[in-house]
Amino acid sequence: MDNDITALQVLFTETYYWLTIVIMFLIHVGFCTYEVGVSRRKNHLATLLKNTMVIPVVGVTFYLFGWWLYSAMVNGPGITGGVVAAPFAEPWNELMATHMGGTPHGTDITPADTALWARLNGVFWGAFLLFSWTTASIVSGSIIERIRSGAFWLIAVMVGSVTWIIDASWGWHPSGWMVQLLGYHDAYASGVVHAIAGGTALAVIINLGPRIGKFRPDGTPRNIQPQNPWLVCIGLFLIYTGFWGFYAACNIPLYDVQPGDGVFWSATNIYLQPTTLSAITFNFIMSLCGGLMAGYIVSKGDAFWTYSGGLAGVIACSAGNDLYHPIQALLIAAIIVVVIYKLHFWVERRFKIDDAVGAVAVHGYAGFLGVCAAGFVLWGYPSSPDALLGHAEPWARVTPWGQLAGAIIMFWVLGFIPGYALSWLLKKFGMLRIPREVELAGLDFTTHAGVTRDDEEIKSAALQEARAAMRPAK
Amino acid sequence: MNTGSFSDWSGAMFDLGPLYPFVGWETEMVIVLTIFWIGWHVVQIRGEHRQREEEARRLREGDNLQRAMQAERTPERM
Repeated sequence: MDNDITALQVLFTETYYWLTIVIMFLIHVGFCTYEVGVSRRKNHLATLLKNTMVIPVVGVTFYLFGWWLYSAMVNGPGITGGVVAAPFAEPWNELMATHMGGTPHGTDITPADTALWARLNGVFWGAFLLFSWTTASIVSGSIIERIRSGAFWLIAVMVGSVTWIIDASWGWHPSGWMVQLLGYHDAYASGVVHAIAGGTALAVIINLGPRIGKFRPDGTPRNIQPQNPWLVCIGLFLIYTGFWGFYAACNIPLYDVQPGDGVFWSATNIYLQPTTLSAITFNFIMSLCGGLMAGYIVSKGDAFWTYSGGLAGVIACSAGNDLYHPIQALLIAAIIVVVIYKLHFWVERRFKIDDAVGAVAVHGYAGFLGVCAAGFVLWGYPSSPDALLGHAEPWARVTPWGQLAGAIIMFWVLGFIPGYALSWLLKKFGMLRIPREVELAGLDFTTHAGVTRDDEEIKSAALQEARAAMRPAK
Repeated sequence: MNTGSFSDWSGAMFDLGPLYPFVGWETEMVIVLTIFWIGWHVVQIRGEHRQREEEARRLREGDNLQRAMQAERTPERM
Protein backbone atom coordinates (compact mmCIF):
# COMPACT_ATOMS: atom_id res chain seq x y z
CA MET A 1 0.00 0.00 0.00
CA ASP A 2 2.47 2.56 -1.21
CA ASN A 3 0.06 5.23 -2.46
CA ASP A 4 -3.25 6.74 -1.34
CA ILE A 5 -5.39 5.26 -4.12
CA THR A 6 -4.13 1.71 -3.62
CA ALA A 7 -4.50 2.03 0.15
CA LEU A 8 -8.04 3.36 -0.20
CA GLN A 9 -9.00 0.61 -2.63
CA VAL A 10 -7.59 -2.19 -0.47
CA LEU A 11 -8.90 -0.90 2.86
CA PHE A 12 -12.34 -0.14 1.41
CA THR A 13 -12.53 -3.60 -0.16
CA GLU A 14 -11.45 -5.23 3.10
CA THR A 15 -14.08 -3.33 5.10
CA TYR A 16 -16.76 -3.98 2.47
CA TYR A 17 -16.31 -7.76 2.50
CA TRP A 18 -16.05 -7.85 6.28
CA LEU A 19 -19.46 -6.16 6.47
CA THR A 20 -21.01 -8.54 3.93
CA ILE A 21 -19.86 -11.46 6.09
CA VAL A 22 -21.65 -10.02 9.11
CA ILE A 23 -24.86 -9.50 7.11
CA MET A 24 -24.60 -12.95 5.52
CA PHE A 25 -24.39 -14.55 8.96
CA LEU A 26 -28.12 -13.81 9.16
CA ILE A 27 -28.67 -16.39 6.42
CA HIS A 28 -27.43 -19.11 8.73
CA VAL A 29 -29.45 -17.76 11.66
CA GLY A 30 -32.46 -17.74 9.33
CA PHE A 31 -31.93 -21.29 8.12
CA CYS A 32 -31.60 -22.58 11.70
CA THR A 33 -34.71 -20.71 12.82
CA TYR A 34 -36.66 -21.83 9.77
CA GLU A 35 -35.73 -25.50 10.15
CA VAL A 36 -36.67 -25.55 13.83
CA GLY A 37 -39.99 -23.92 12.93
CA VAL A 38 -40.73 -26.62 10.38
CA SER A 39 -39.62 -29.57 12.54
CA ARG A 40 -41.87 -31.22 15.11
CA ARG A 41 -41.29 -30.47 18.79
CA LYS A 42 -39.76 -33.88 19.45
CA ASN A 43 -36.96 -33.05 16.98
CA HIS A 44 -36.27 -29.35 17.71
CA LEU A 45 -32.89 -29.58 19.45
CA ALA A 46 -31.37 -32.14 17.10
CA THR A 47 -32.58 -30.12 14.12
CA LEU A 48 -31.05 -26.92 15.48
CA LEU A 49 -27.74 -28.58 16.33
CA LYS A 50 -27.53 -30.33 12.96
CA ASN A 51 -27.48 -27.04 11.09
CA THR A 52 -25.49 -25.09 13.68
CA MET A 53 -22.59 -27.55 13.45
CA VAL A 54 -22.29 -26.81 9.73
CA ILE A 55 -20.41 -23.72 10.91
CA PRO A 56 -17.40 -25.58 12.36
CA VAL A 57 -17.28 -28.64 10.10
CA VAL A 58 -17.42 -26.61 6.90
CA GLY A 59 -15.37 -23.79 8.46
CA VAL A 60 -12.43 -26.07 9.27
CA THR A 61 -12.47 -27.91 5.94
CA PHE A 62 -12.88 -24.71 3.96
CA TYR A 63 -9.73 -23.50 5.69
CA LEU A 64 -7.88 -26.76 4.98
CA PHE A 65 -8.77 -27.20 1.31
CA GLY A 66 -11.97 -25.42 0.17
CA TRP A 67 -10.44 -22.01 -0.40
CA TRP A 68 -7.49 -23.49 -2.27
CA LEU A 69 -9.83 -25.42 -4.60
CA TYR A 70 -11.45 -22.18 -5.78
CA SER A 71 -8.25 -20.77 -7.23
CA ALA A 72 -6.64 -24.07 -8.22
CA MET A 73 -9.45 -25.74 -10.22
CA VAL A 74 -10.31 -23.00 -12.73
CA ASN A 75 -9.05 -25.09 -15.68
CA GLY A 76 -10.92 -28.23 -14.62
CA PRO A 77 -8.07 -29.32 -14.40
CA GLY A 78 -7.54 -30.92 -17.79
CA ILE A 79 -10.02 -28.84 -19.80
CA THR A 80 -8.29 -25.51 -20.39
CA GLY A 81 -5.07 -26.29 -18.54
CA GLY A 82 -3.64 -27.82 -15.38
CA VAL A 83 -3.94 -27.09 -11.67
CA VAL A 84 -3.29 -23.39 -11.03
CA ALA A 85 -0.78 -22.51 -8.33
CA ALA A 86 -2.46 -20.64 -5.46
CA PRO A 87 0.09 -20.48 -2.64
CA PHE A 88 -1.82 -17.70 -0.83
CA ALA A 89 -4.73 -20.15 -0.30
CA GLU A 90 -2.71 -23.11 0.98
CA PRO A 91 -3.48 -23.63 4.67
CA TRP A 92 0.20 -23.68 5.65
CA ASN A 93 0.90 -20.38 3.88
CA GLU A 94 1.62 -17.32 5.99
CA LEU A 95 -1.07 -15.40 4.07
CA MET A 96 -3.71 -17.71 5.57
CA ALA A 97 -3.10 -15.95 8.89
CA THR A 98 -2.49 -12.58 10.56
CA HIS A 99 -0.23 -10.64 8.22
CA MET A 100 0.70 -6.99 7.65
CA GLY A 101 1.56 -7.39 3.97
CA GLY A 102 5.26 -6.67 4.23
CA THR A 103 8.28 -8.83 3.55
CA PRO A 104 7.25 -12.49 3.20
CA HIS A 105 8.80 -14.99 5.55
CA GLY A 106 8.61 -17.92 3.11
CA THR A 107 10.02 -18.25 -0.37
CA ASP A 108 6.86 -19.43 -2.16
CA ILE A 109 5.30 -15.96 -2.25
CA THR A 110 6.54 -12.57 -3.37
CA PRO A 111 6.24 -9.12 -1.79
CA ALA A 112 3.58 -8.39 -4.43
CA ASP A 113 1.57 -11.39 -3.15
CA THR A 114 1.73 -10.25 0.43
CA ALA A 115 0.89 -6.64 -0.47
CA LEU A 116 -2.25 -7.79 -2.31
CA TRP A 117 -3.49 -10.65 -0.15
CA ALA A 118 -2.59 -9.76 3.44
CA ARG A 119 -5.75 -7.69 3.92
CA LEU A 120 -8.01 -9.43 1.41
CA ASN A 121 -7.35 -13.15 1.90
CA GLY A 122 -9.23 -13.50 5.18
CA VAL A 123 -12.29 -11.50 4.11
CA PHE A 124 -12.49 -13.25 0.71
CA TRP A 125 -12.13 -16.61 2.47
CA GLY A 126 -14.82 -15.58 4.94
CA ALA A 127 -17.25 -14.42 2.27
CA PHE A 128 -16.84 -17.65 0.31
CA LEU A 129 -17.17 -19.65 3.52
CA LEU A 130 -20.53 -18.00 4.16
CA PHE A 131 -21.63 -19.14 0.68
CA SER A 132 -20.43 -22.61 1.67
CA TRP A 133 -22.56 -22.64 4.83
CA THR A 134 -25.55 -21.56 2.76
CA THR A 135 -25.01 -24.42 0.33
CA ALA A 136 -24.83 -26.99 3.14
CA SER A 137 -27.77 -25.39 4.97
CA ILE A 138 -29.99 -25.74 1.92
CA VAL A 139 -29.40 -29.51 1.98
CA SER A 140 -29.91 -29.58 5.75
CA GLY A 141 -33.52 -28.37 5.61
CA SER A 142 -34.82 -30.94 3.19
CA ILE A 143 -33.64 -33.98 5.19
CA ILE A 144 -34.76 -33.08 8.71
CA GLU A 145 -36.25 -35.47 11.28
CA ARG A 146 -34.71 -38.72 10.03
CA ILE A 147 -31.03 -38.32 9.09
CA ARG A 148 -28.14 -39.08 11.42
CA SER A 149 -26.33 -35.83 12.21
CA GLY A 150 -22.92 -37.43 11.59
CA ALA A 151 -23.98 -38.47 8.10
CA PHE A 152 -25.24 -34.99 7.32
CA TRP A 153 -22.00 -33.39 8.50
CA LEU A 154 -20.01 -35.54 6.09
CA ILE A 155 -22.39 -34.52 3.30
CA ALA A 156 -21.99 -30.88 4.44
CA VAL A 157 -18.20 -31.15 4.10
CA MET A 158 -18.62 -32.58 0.60
CA VAL A 159 -21.03 -29.94 -0.68
CA GLY A 160 -19.68 -27.01 1.38
CA SER A 161 -15.96 -27.52 0.96
CA VAL A 162 -15.57 -29.57 -2.23
CA THR A 163 -18.30 -29.73 -4.86
CA TRP A 164 -19.76 -26.23 -4.67
CA ILE A 165 -16.38 -24.56 -4.57
CA ILE A 166 -15.23 -26.58 -7.60
CA ASP A 167 -18.31 -25.40 -9.48
CA ALA A 168 -17.54 -21.84 -8.37
CA SER A 169 -14.02 -22.25 -9.69
CA TRP A 170 -15.39 -23.48 -13.02
CA GLY A 171 -18.27 -21.06 -13.53
CA TRP A 172 -17.94 -18.27 -10.98
CA HIS A 173 -14.37 -17.14 -11.44
CA PRO A 174 -13.03 -14.60 -13.98
CA SER A 175 -10.88 -17.38 -15.49
CA GLY A 176 -13.18 -20.39 -15.06
CA TRP A 177 -13.29 -22.84 -17.98
CA MET A 178 -17.10 -22.70 -18.12
CA VAL A 179 -16.95 -18.93 -18.52
CA GLN A 180 -14.29 -19.28 -21.18
CA LEU A 181 -15.81 -22.11 -23.25
CA LEU A 182 -19.55 -22.06 -22.49
CA GLY A 183 -20.04 -18.34 -21.92
CA TYR A 184 -21.52 -19.29 -18.55
CA HIS A 185 -23.00 -16.31 -16.69
CA ASP A 186 -24.31 -16.68 -13.15
CA ALA A 187 -23.59 -13.39 -11.40
CA TYR A 188 -25.41 -14.05 -8.07
CA ALA A 189 -25.16 -17.82 -8.01
CA SER A 190 -28.50 -19.26 -9.20
CA GLY A 191 -26.57 -22.31 -10.31
CA VAL A 192 -23.29 -22.30 -8.43
CA VAL A 193 -24.91 -22.15 -4.99
CA HIS A 194 -28.61 -22.98 -5.35
CA ALA A 195 -28.85 -25.52 -8.18
CA ILE A 196 -25.96 -27.60 -6.85
CA ALA A 197 -27.42 -27.61 -3.33
CA GLY A 198 -30.85 -28.57 -4.69
CA GLY A 199 -29.35 -31.39 -6.77
CA THR A 200 -27.44 -32.71 -3.74
CA ALA A 201 -30.56 -32.48 -1.55
CA LEU A 202 -32.61 -34.45 -4.09
CA ALA A 203 -29.98 -37.21 -4.22
CA VAL A 204 -29.77 -37.51 -0.44
CA ILE A 205 -33.56 -37.55 -0.05
CA ILE A 206 -33.83 -40.44 -2.52
CA ASN A 207 -31.43 -42.59 -0.50
CA LEU A 208 -32.82 -41.40 2.83
CA GLY A 209 -36.49 -42.04 2.10
CA PRO A 210 -39.52 -40.14 3.41
CA ARG A 211 -40.38 -39.44 7.04
CA ILE A 212 -42.60 -42.08 8.65
CA GLY A 213 -46.21 -41.17 7.95
CA LYS A 214 -45.49 -38.80 5.09
CA PHE A 215 -47.27 -41.02 2.56
CA ARG A 216 -50.55 -42.89 2.95
CA PRO A 217 -50.70 -46.60 2.11
CA ASP A 218 -52.09 -45.69 -1.32
CA GLY A 219 -49.03 -43.49 -1.94
CA THR A 220 -50.70 -40.09 -1.72
CA PRO A 221 -48.75 -37.55 0.38
CA ARG A 222 -49.86 -36.15 3.73
CA ASN A 223 -49.02 -32.53 4.47
CA ILE A 224 -46.80 -32.33 7.57
CA GLN A 225 -47.43 -28.67 8.42
CA PRO A 226 -44.66 -26.44 9.80
CA GLN A 227 -44.99 -26.70 13.60
CA ASN A 228 -44.30 -23.02 14.32
CA PRO A 229 -45.32 -20.75 11.45
CA TRP A 230 -44.05 -17.64 13.25
CA LEU A 231 -40.56 -19.08 13.58
CA VAL A 232 -40.67 -20.07 9.91
CA CYS A 233 -41.69 -16.51 9.00
CA ILE A 234 -38.88 -14.96 11.07
CA GLY A 235 -36.40 -17.45 9.64
CA LEU A 236 -37.30 -16.61 6.07
CA PHE A 237 -37.19 -12.87 6.75
CA LEU A 238 -33.70 -13.35 8.19
CA ILE A 239 -32.69 -15.28 5.07
CA TYR A 240 -34.04 -12.43 2.89
CA THR A 241 -32.02 -9.95 4.97
CA GLY A 242 -28.85 -12.00 4.79
CA PHE A 243 -29.39 -12.38 1.06
CA TRP A 244 -28.62 -8.64 0.69
CA GLY A 245 -25.18 -9.34 2.06
CA PHE A 246 -24.89 -12.34 -0.24
CA TYR A 247 -25.57 -10.14 -3.27
CA ALA A 248 -23.11 -7.49 -2.10
CA ALA A 249 -20.45 -10.15 -1.47
CA CYS A 250 -20.79 -11.35 -5.07
CA ASN A 251 -19.56 -7.92 -6.20
CA ILE A 252 -16.11 -6.40 -6.09
CA PRO A 253 -16.81 -2.91 -4.76
CA LEU A 254 -14.06 -0.79 -6.30
CA TYR A 255 -12.19 -1.73 -9.45
CA ASP A 256 -10.68 0.12 -12.42
CA VAL A 257 -12.76 -1.29 -15.27
CA GLN A 258 -11.32 0.87 -18.06
CA PRO A 259 -9.30 -1.22 -20.54
CA GLY A 260 -6.19 0.49 -21.90
CA ASP A 261 -5.46 4.06 -20.90
CA GLY A 262 -7.59 5.99 -18.46
CA VAL A 263 -9.26 5.08 -15.20
CA PHE A 264 -12.93 4.32 -14.49
CA TRP A 265 -13.77 3.12 -11.00
CA SER A 266 -16.82 0.91 -10.65
CA ALA A 267 -18.22 -2.03 -8.78
CA THR A 268 -17.97 -5.27 -10.74
CA ASN A 269 -19.58 -8.66 -10.58
CA ILE A 270 -17.53 -11.77 -9.80
CA TYR A 271 -16.32 -11.91 -13.43
CA LEU A 272 -14.91 -8.34 -13.17
CA GLN A 273 -17.66 -7.04 -15.46
CA PRO A 274 -18.90 -3.57 -14.49
CA THR A 275 -22.14 -3.32 -12.54
CA THR A 276 -23.55 -1.14 -9.78
CA LEU A 277 -25.02 -1.70 -6.34
CA SER A 278 -27.95 0.33 -7.59
CA ALA A 279 -28.63 -2.23 -10.33
CA ILE A 280 -28.73 -5.15 -7.94
CA THR A 281 -30.91 -3.20 -5.53
CA PHE A 282 -33.51 -2.65 -8.26
CA ASN A 283 -33.40 -6.24 -9.34
CA PHE A 284 -33.20 -7.91 -5.94
CA ILE A 285 -36.32 -6.11 -4.77
CA MET A 286 -38.28 -6.58 -7.98
CA SER A 287 -37.47 -10.30 -8.17
CA LEU A 288 -38.50 -10.64 -4.53
CA CYS A 289 -41.77 -8.86 -5.37
CA GLY A 290 -42.41 -11.11 -8.37
CA GLY A 291 -41.70 -14.23 -6.36
CA LEU A 292 -43.91 -13.21 -3.43
CA MET A 293 -46.83 -12.23 -5.68
CA ALA A 294 -46.65 -15.40 -7.75
CA GLY A 295 -46.13 -17.56 -4.66
CA TYR A 296 -49.22 -16.06 -3.05
CA ILE A 297 -51.44 -16.63 -6.08
CA VAL A 298 -50.23 -20.11 -7.04
CA SER A 299 -50.40 -21.42 -3.47
CA LYS A 300 -53.76 -19.72 -2.86
CA GLY A 301 -52.37 -17.61 -0.03
CA ASP A 302 -50.42 -20.36 1.75
CA ALA A 303 -47.98 -18.46 4.01
CA PHE A 304 -45.18 -21.04 3.78
CA TRP A 305 -45.20 -21.09 -0.01
CA THR A 306 -45.66 -17.33 -0.31
CA TYR A 307 -42.47 -16.76 1.67
CA SER A 308 -40.69 -19.55 -0.17
CA GLY A 309 -41.90 -18.01 -3.44
CA GLY A 310 -40.18 -14.75 -2.53
CA LEU A 311 -36.91 -16.57 -1.94
CA ALA A 312 -37.28 -18.66 -5.09
CA GLY A 313 -38.01 -15.48 -7.06
CA VAL A 314 -34.69 -13.93 -6.06
CA ILE A 315 -32.85 -17.21 -6.75
CA ALA A 316 -34.49 -17.51 -10.16
CA CYS A 317 -33.16 -14.11 -11.23
CA SER A 318 -29.77 -14.26 -9.57
CA ALA A 319 -27.93 -15.50 -12.66
CA GLY A 320 -28.64 -12.28 -14.53
CA ASN A 321 -29.57 -9.73 -11.88
CA ASP A 322 -26.45 -7.69 -12.66
CA LEU A 323 -27.87 -6.91 -16.10
CA TYR A 324 -31.66 -7.45 -16.16
CA HIS A 325 -34.20 -4.65 -16.26
CA PRO A 326 -36.17 -4.72 -12.97
CA ILE A 327 -39.42 -5.57 -14.80
CA GLN A 328 -37.71 -8.45 -16.56
CA ALA A 329 -36.50 -9.64 -13.15
CA LEU A 330 -40.03 -9.47 -11.75
CA LEU A 331 -41.51 -11.43 -14.65
CA ILE A 332 -38.80 -14.11 -14.66
CA ALA A 333 -39.24 -14.55 -10.91
CA ALA A 334 -43.02 -14.84 -11.15
CA ILE A 335 -42.99 -17.37 -14.00
CA ILE A 336 -40.33 -19.58 -12.44
CA VAL A 337 -42.02 -19.55 -9.03
CA VAL A 338 -45.25 -20.88 -10.59
CA VAL A 339 -43.29 -23.62 -12.40
CA ILE A 340 -41.28 -24.73 -9.35
CA TYR A 341 -44.38 -24.82 -7.13
CA LYS A 342 -46.16 -27.15 -9.58
CA LEU A 343 -42.99 -29.19 -10.06
CA HIS A 344 -42.52 -29.67 -6.31
CA PHE A 345 -45.93 -31.28 -5.82
CA TRP A 346 -45.71 -33.29 -9.06
CA VAL A 347 -42.33 -34.77 -8.05
CA GLU A 348 -43.62 -35.43 -4.52
CA ARG A 349 -46.64 -37.39 -5.81
CA ARG A 350 -44.90 -39.11 -8.71
CA PHE A 351 -41.62 -40.19 -7.03
CA LYS A 352 -42.65 -40.17 -3.31
CA ILE A 353 -40.01 -37.57 -2.51
CA ASP A 354 -40.29 -36.06 0.98
CA ASP A 355 -38.55 -32.69 0.87
CA ALA A 356 -39.50 -31.26 4.27
CA VAL A 357 -38.91 -27.60 3.40
CA GLY A 358 -39.25 -27.61 -0.39
CA ALA A 359 -35.52 -26.91 -0.77
CA VAL A 360 -35.13 -28.91 -3.95
CA ALA A 361 -37.80 -26.76 -5.59
CA VAL A 362 -36.95 -23.37 -4.07
CA HIS A 363 -33.20 -23.69 -4.59
CA GLY A 364 -32.65 -26.52 -7.06
CA TYR A 365 -35.37 -26.08 -9.68
CA ALA A 366 -35.44 -22.27 -9.34
CA GLY A 367 -31.64 -22.10 -9.63
CA PHE A 368 -31.58 -24.45 -12.63
CA LEU A 369 -34.35 -22.59 -14.46
CA GLY A 370 -32.84 -19.22 -13.53
CA VAL A 371 -29.55 -20.16 -15.18
CA CYS A 372 -31.45 -21.29 -18.30
CA ALA A 373 -33.58 -18.12 -18.38
CA ALA A 374 -30.43 -15.97 -18.38
CA GLY A 375 -29.30 -17.83 -21.51
CA PHE A 376 -32.29 -16.49 -23.45
CA VAL A 377 -32.61 -13.02 -21.90
CA LEU A 378 -28.86 -12.28 -22.01
CA TRP A 379 -28.22 -14.08 -25.32
CA GLY A 380 -25.07 -12.66 -26.97
CA TYR A 381 -23.78 -10.79 -23.92
CA PRO A 382 -20.04 -11.13 -23.23
CA SER A 383 -19.25 -13.59 -20.46
CA SER A 384 -15.99 -11.86 -19.66
CA PRO A 385 -14.44 -8.34 -19.92
CA ASP A 386 -12.04 -9.58 -22.63
CA ALA A 387 -10.18 -6.34 -23.28
CA LEU A 388 -9.71 -5.60 -19.59
CA LEU A 389 -8.30 -9.08 -18.94
CA GLY A 390 -6.22 -9.03 -22.13
CA HIS A 391 -7.67 -12.13 -23.82
CA ALA A 392 -6.17 -12.71 -27.25
CA GLU A 393 -9.54 -13.98 -28.53
CA PRO A 394 -12.91 -12.99 -26.99
CA TRP A 395 -14.33 -15.72 -24.79
CA ALA A 396 -17.66 -17.44 -25.54
CA ARG A 397 -20.81 -15.33 -25.40
CA VAL A 398 -23.86 -16.08 -23.27
CA THR A 399 -26.16 -18.52 -25.09
CA PRO A 400 -29.16 -20.68 -24.13
CA TRP A 401 -27.20 -23.89 -24.82
CA GLY A 402 -24.15 -22.71 -22.85
CA GLN A 403 -26.40 -21.87 -19.89
CA LEU A 404 -28.31 -25.17 -20.20
CA ALA A 405 -25.01 -27.08 -20.16
CA GLY A 406 -23.95 -25.04 -17.14
CA ALA A 407 -27.21 -25.74 -15.31
CA ILE A 408 -26.83 -29.47 -15.96
CA ILE A 409 -23.25 -29.39 -14.64
CA MET A 410 -24.40 -27.57 -11.50
CA PHE A 411 -27.55 -29.55 -10.65
CA TRP A 412 -26.71 -33.03 -11.95
CA VAL A 413 -22.95 -33.43 -12.42
CA LEU A 414 -21.67 -31.65 -9.31
CA GLY A 415 -24.90 -31.70 -7.28
CA PHE A 416 -26.84 -34.90 -7.76
CA ILE A 417 -24.14 -37.45 -8.66
CA PRO A 418 -21.71 -36.85 -5.75
CA GLY A 419 -24.66 -36.44 -3.36
CA TYR A 420 -26.15 -39.72 -4.48
CA ALA A 421 -22.81 -41.56 -4.29
CA LEU A 422 -21.97 -40.39 -0.77
CA SER A 423 -25.47 -40.91 0.66
CA TRP A 424 -25.67 -44.36 -0.99
CA LEU A 425 -22.36 -45.29 0.65
CA LEU A 426 -23.54 -44.04 4.04
CA LYS A 427 -26.76 -46.01 3.62
CA LYS A 428 -24.80 -49.18 2.77
CA PHE A 429 -22.91 -48.88 6.06
CA GLY A 430 -26.09 -48.16 8.05
CA MET A 431 -24.91 -44.63 8.82
CA LEU A 432 -27.54 -42.57 7.00
CA ARG A 433 -30.86 -42.92 8.79
CA ILE A 434 -31.68 -43.06 12.48
CA PRO A 435 -33.36 -46.23 13.87
CA ARG A 436 -37.10 -46.40 13.26
CA GLU A 437 -37.98 -46.39 16.98
CA VAL A 438 -35.96 -43.23 17.59
CA GLU A 439 -37.60 -41.49 14.64
CA LEU A 440 -41.01 -42.32 16.11
CA ALA A 441 -40.09 -41.21 19.63
CA GLY A 442 -38.19 -38.16 18.40
CA LEU A 443 -34.54 -37.25 17.97
CA ASP A 444 -34.57 -35.34 21.28
CA PHE A 445 -35.72 -38.43 23.17
CA THR A 446 -32.69 -38.73 25.47
CA THR A 447 -32.39 -34.98 26.04
CA HIS A 448 -36.07 -34.75 27.00
CA ALA A 449 -35.71 -37.74 29.29
CA GLY A 450 -32.78 -36.09 31.07
CA VAL A 451 -34.55 -32.74 31.36
CA THR A 452 -37.71 -34.38 32.73
CA ARG A 453 -35.73 -36.41 35.27
CA ASP A 454 -33.88 -33.29 36.44
CA ASP A 455 -37.15 -31.32 36.62
CA GLU A 456 -38.72 -34.03 38.79
CA GLU A 457 -35.69 -34.16 41.09
CA ILE A 458 -35.62 -30.36 41.45
CA LYS A 459 -39.35 -30.36 42.25
CA SER A 460 -38.85 -33.10 44.82
CA ALA A 461 -35.92 -31.30 46.44
CA ALA A 462 -37.90 -28.05 46.56
CA LEU A 463 -40.83 -29.85 48.23
CA GLN A 464 -38.55 -31.29 50.89
CA GLU A 465 -37.16 -27.82 51.58
CA ALA A 466 -40.67 -26.40 51.83
CA ARG A 467 -41.72 -29.13 54.32
CA ALA A 468 -38.60 -28.47 56.39
CA ALA A 469 -39.31 -24.73 56.44
CA MET A 470 -42.92 -25.31 57.59
CA ARG A 471 -41.88 -27.64 60.44
CA PRO A 472 -42.23 -25.80 63.81
CA ALA A 473 -38.93 -24.87 65.39
CA LYS A 474 -38.06 -26.93 68.50
CA MET B 1 11.75 -15.33 25.16
CA ASN B 2 9.97 -14.01 22.10
CA THR B 3 7.44 -16.18 20.25
CA GLY B 4 6.90 -13.58 17.52
CA SER B 5 9.06 -12.54 14.60
CA PHE B 6 9.32 -8.89 15.74
CA SER B 7 9.90 -7.21 19.07
CA ASP B 8 8.39 -3.72 18.66
CA TRP B 9 6.33 -1.57 16.29
CA SER B 10 9.05 0.99 15.63
CA GLY B 11 10.51 -0.50 12.43
CA ALA B 12 9.39 0.20 8.87
CA MET B 13 5.83 -1.01 8.36
CA PHE B 14 6.72 -2.23 4.86
CA ASP B 15 8.97 -4.84 6.48
CA LEU B 16 6.26 -6.28 8.71
CA GLY B 17 5.03 -9.66 7.47
CA PRO B 18 3.46 -12.40 9.61
CA LEU B 19 2.23 -11.18 12.99
CA TYR B 20 1.35 -14.51 14.58
CA PRO B 21 3.62 -16.38 16.99
CA PHE B 22 5.71 -19.41 15.99
CA VAL B 23 6.28 -18.44 12.36
CA GLY B 24 7.74 -21.44 10.53
CA TRP B 25 5.50 -23.98 12.31
CA GLU B 26 2.56 -23.61 9.90
CA THR B 27 2.77 -27.13 8.42
CA GLU B 28 2.81 -28.72 11.86
CA MET B 29 -0.24 -26.64 12.85
CA VAL B 30 -2.07 -27.78 9.70
CA ILE B 31 -1.29 -31.42 10.57
CA VAL B 32 -2.69 -30.90 14.07
CA LEU B 33 -5.84 -29.30 12.63
CA THR B 34 -6.31 -32.16 10.15
CA ILE B 35 -6.00 -34.77 12.91
CA PHE B 36 -8.41 -32.75 15.08
CA TRP B 37 -10.93 -32.51 12.24
CA ILE B 38 -10.88 -36.20 11.27
CA GLY B 39 -10.76 -37.28 14.91
CA TRP B 40 -13.81 -35.16 15.68
CA HIS B 41 -15.84 -36.91 12.98
CA VAL B 42 -14.73 -40.35 14.18
CA VAL B 43 -15.61 -39.61 17.82
CA GLN B 44 -18.91 -37.96 16.84
CA ILE B 45 -20.08 -40.74 14.53
CA ARG B 46 -19.20 -43.47 17.04
CA GLY B 47 -20.90 -41.58 19.87
CA GLU B 48 -24.03 -40.91 17.90
CA HIS B 49 -24.23 -44.52 16.74
CA ARG B 50 -23.93 -45.78 20.34
CA GLN B 51 -26.54 -43.32 21.59
CA ARG B 52 -29.10 -44.06 18.87
CA GLU B 53 -28.72 -47.85 19.17
CA GLU B 54 -29.14 -47.64 22.94
CA GLU B 55 -32.24 -45.48 22.54
CA ALA B 56 -33.70 -47.91 20.01
CA ARG B 57 -33.03 -50.83 22.36
CA ARG B 58 -34.79 -49.07 25.27
CA LEU B 59 -37.71 -48.12 23.08
CA ARG B 60 -38.17 -51.71 21.90
CA GLU B 61 -38.65 -52.91 25.49
CA GLY B 62 -42.26 -53.38 26.66
CA ASP B 63 -44.56 -50.54 25.72
CA ASN B 64 -41.85 -47.86 26.03
CA LEU B 65 -42.21 -46.74 22.45
CA GLN B 66 -45.94 -46.29 22.75
CA ARG B 67 -45.54 -44.30 25.99
CA ALA B 68 -42.77 -42.15 24.50
CA MET B 69 -44.96 -41.33 21.54
CA GLN B 70 -48.01 -40.54 23.67
CA ALA B 71 -46.14 -37.97 25.71
CA GLU B 72 -42.78 -36.73 24.57
CA ARG B 73 -41.58 -36.26 28.13
CA THR B 74 -42.37 -39.64 29.69
CA PRO B 75 -39.32 -41.82 29.05
CA GLU B 76 -37.93 -41.39 32.59
CA ARG B 77 -40.78 -43.60 33.80
CA MET B 78 -39.41 -46.56 31.87
